[in-house]
Amino acid sequence: MSKEKTTSKNKNSKTLPSKDEALELYREMLLIRRFEEKAGQLYGMGLIGGFCHLYIGQEAVVTGIQSKQIEQDSVVTTYRDHGHMLACGMDPKGVMAELTGREAGYSRGKGGSMHMFSQEKNFFGGHGIVGASSSIGTGMAFAHKYNEDGGVAVTYMGDGAANQGQNAECYNMAALWKLPVLYVIENNQYGMGTSVKRSSAGDLYRRGEGYNIPGERVDGMDVLEVQAAAEQALSYVREGNGPYILEMMTYRFRGHSMSDPAKYRTKEELSSYKDEQDPIVKIKGLMTHELDVKEDDIKAIDKEIKEIVKEAAEFAQEAPEPEAFELWTDVLKPVDGAA
Amino acid sequence: MPINVLMPALSPTMEEGTLAKWLVSEGDEVNAGDVIAEIETDKATMEVEAVDEGKIGKIVVEAGTENVKVNDVIAVLLEEGESNSDINLDEVKNSTASEQNNQDDEDEGDNKDSAPQPQQNVAQAEGKEIKDRDILYAQGKLIEPPVFDEAKFFEDTTEKTVREALRDAMADEMRADESIYLMGEEVAEYNGAYKVSQGLLDEFGAKRVIDTPITEHGFAGIAVGSAFRGLKPIVEFMTMNFAMQAIDHIINSAAKTLYMAGGQLGCPIVFRGPNGAAARVGAQHSQCYASWYGHIPGLKVVSPWSAADAKGLMKAAIRDPNPVLILEHELVYGQSFEVPDDNDYVIPIGRAKIEREGSDVTIVALSIMVGKALEAAEELAKDGIEAEVINLRTVRPLDRWTIVESVKKTNRIVVAEEGWPFAGIGSEVTAVINEHAFDHLDAPVARVCAKDVPLPYAANLEQLALPQRADIVDAVRKVCYRDPQ
Repeated sequence: MSKEKTTSKNKNSKTLPSKDEALELYREMLLIRRFEEKAGQLYGMGLIGGFCHLYIGQEAVVTGIQSKQIEQDSVVTTYRDHGHMLACGMDPKGVMAELTGREAGYSRGKGGSMHMFSQEKNFFGGHGIVGASSSIGTGMAFAHKYNEDGGVAVTYMGDGAANQGQNAECYNMAALWKLPVLYVIENNQYGMGTSVKRSSAGDLYRRGEGYNIPGERVDGMDVLEVQAAAEQALSYVREGNGPYILEMMTYRFRGHSMSDPAKYRTKEELSSYKDEQDPIVKIKGLMTHELDVKEDDIKAIDKEIKEIVKEAAEFAQEAPEPEAFELWTDVLKPVDGAA
Repeated sequence: MPINVLMPALSPTMEEGTLAKWLVSEGDEVNAGDVIAEIETDKATMEVEAVDEGKIGKIVVEAGTENVKVNDVIAVLLEEGESNSDINLDEVKNSTASEQNNQDDEDEGDNKDSAPQPQQNVAQAEGKEIKDRDILYAQGKLIEPPVFDEAKFFEDTTEKTVREALRDAMADEMRADESIYLMGEEVAEYNGAYKVSQGLLDEFGAKRVIDTPITEHGFAGIAVGSAFRGLKPIVEFMTMNFAMQAIDHIINSAAKTLYMAGGQLGCPIVFRGPNGAAARVGAQHSQCYASWYGHIPGLKVVSPWSAADAKGLMKAAIRDPNPVLILEHELVYGQSFEVPDDNDYVIPIGRAKIEREGSDVTIVALSIMVGKALEAAEELAKDGIEAEVINLRTVRPLDRWTIVESVKKTNRIVVAEEGWPFAGIGSEVTAVINEHAFDHLDAPVARVCAKDVPLPYAANLEQLALPQRADIVDAVRKVCYRDPQ
């Protein structure tokens, strides 16, 4: 047990990825980055409404964890969810079309940025209430265990959600019942405009100590660190030991949502992350300097991603809005249609 | 059959008025909603609208006639294929009077003092298979309730308490479907705080009958998450009061997700527990949540009264692919009723039950108030007032049809619930009557609710705060314009 004990140092062994693995991680993170930039652009044009929480800067977290999951694992997250959907393999066109509120969107235009789901990809939202994902993810883990399907529920929350009472309730039950749940706290250091320092006592990764849930703080700006931590944590959970907490130290390069002027942090702080910690720049550097990946291979991915995102944006603008009649559908499942 | 157009009342106290003007002539085609006449009293003028489409076959009361009694037939509307020869004028003129005389012919049989039991074999609409029922409901339409031949289930019955019926229904369904599990505080080893889950742990084991810590918010969310992954949880709240801690998951996570997911991800889950006032447990343990949950699109809400209700609604709730709230009542857990033996006695959600037929007034009641309403009806019958008692069974989707049809017959309605008056079930029924049966009313809708105060502890004050049989009797007498007793 000693090595799983709560620790602030990442003791997981980070090994160099193969060229192909590195290219894949780069590709995934770049897709999220370019997708989110495009979403920001469309928001500015008035094509995306409401709230729109961008994942720019945090790409390494979901990319690293997803790369170590197996098919039957399931994912749930909060409202900063576009990156998670893309990482789960959901179609960028369907995600973007949901952002523009079109029939072809994942929720047929009825969910929006914060509410998308894909049963096919085991992605269970997209939840707009801070803290709700903790309980829902714990429940998904309950189902994994009940059905003995070997899956783990990867349950994301932000640093803000970590303070919610239901989070503590779920840590308790998950540990008590040894549920296969991996809690990933994406600590981007601000719950909207309130810094973790001003909102949270103690360390978030240690919040499970009272329940004997091991926790670990990880450099969430380094996809390889994330991968290593995820691999070890997922296998701990999958072996039936109960929950595990990973606190991913990360940073969002944009505001909380599109309407956030981000006055609560300094320009210097932001640029230090952008200039020195950008996870995409990091993996790119690794590929060119240590893995000898050719510039052309990287450029090919850049081009491919550019095209995918362009197509998604075009699709999302051209796709029709839902029919007026859709206002009334999907409130309830018809009883006769019950499986 | 030709449709009789009746003299409407402009106000609850209006008994007669002047038929000022006809805006249509015999032979004119009309649609529902067309203004066909104007009536007036010394206070006001009002337009009379056609309620059905058809052809004006006969104008019975000429324009300018004074002192036309409310509910007298003023015209006859012919439906497609009918002609004037279908109209029997003698019948038309007598119909109103004969309805009013019905009460004298009724023979209620034995008026025993024991807790009233439901009547079987009451005349009630068979119901209808309706495509897109949920959509029509959401649009506020008046639609026939689902088909249900309830009488046939009562050929073989066993007497059971409500508590046993709830438990047996859960056990039946759990035997049939491995994905159903029961979760809540004290449901397993303690056999239920109110012994509703007695014996279930023994039969189904700890995997499927799960004691939770006292953390409603957390375990409700866990249950919802497991339902997203295909399990069918039954979540017991020790009382519904504690579900306020969990209401975010009930509403935001369970009720809204199907819609937010564009129909992709449903949440088959049952939330249940005792609702309303128990006995002397004070304000925090005594609230009725019918109108709270009844407010929410994406939820279904049922509230059983008898043990038969308990079985049939529990089964319906568990088999339903949507989130369903079952608002039970602690004070009826120990009451016994005949319960159909049939394993498929499943009461369609959205269908009320006429527990007692009557011609003079409709009493709509929910949960424990059904028993009180039946007692009140017995008392009123001694005074010559025949009350029709409707057991709502379902709060959402409300069976507007059965309520409206009854009011068309009785022209008076009292709604009895244990919740507070503001935006309560009574308010909703009042609105439904306003929208769909306004012209049939001879008196304003009356509500019998809890007094608008937190529930007091003192025995006398508690008694005063909660709606009692006597309050129903008084309300009925009021809408029948009888003196209070």
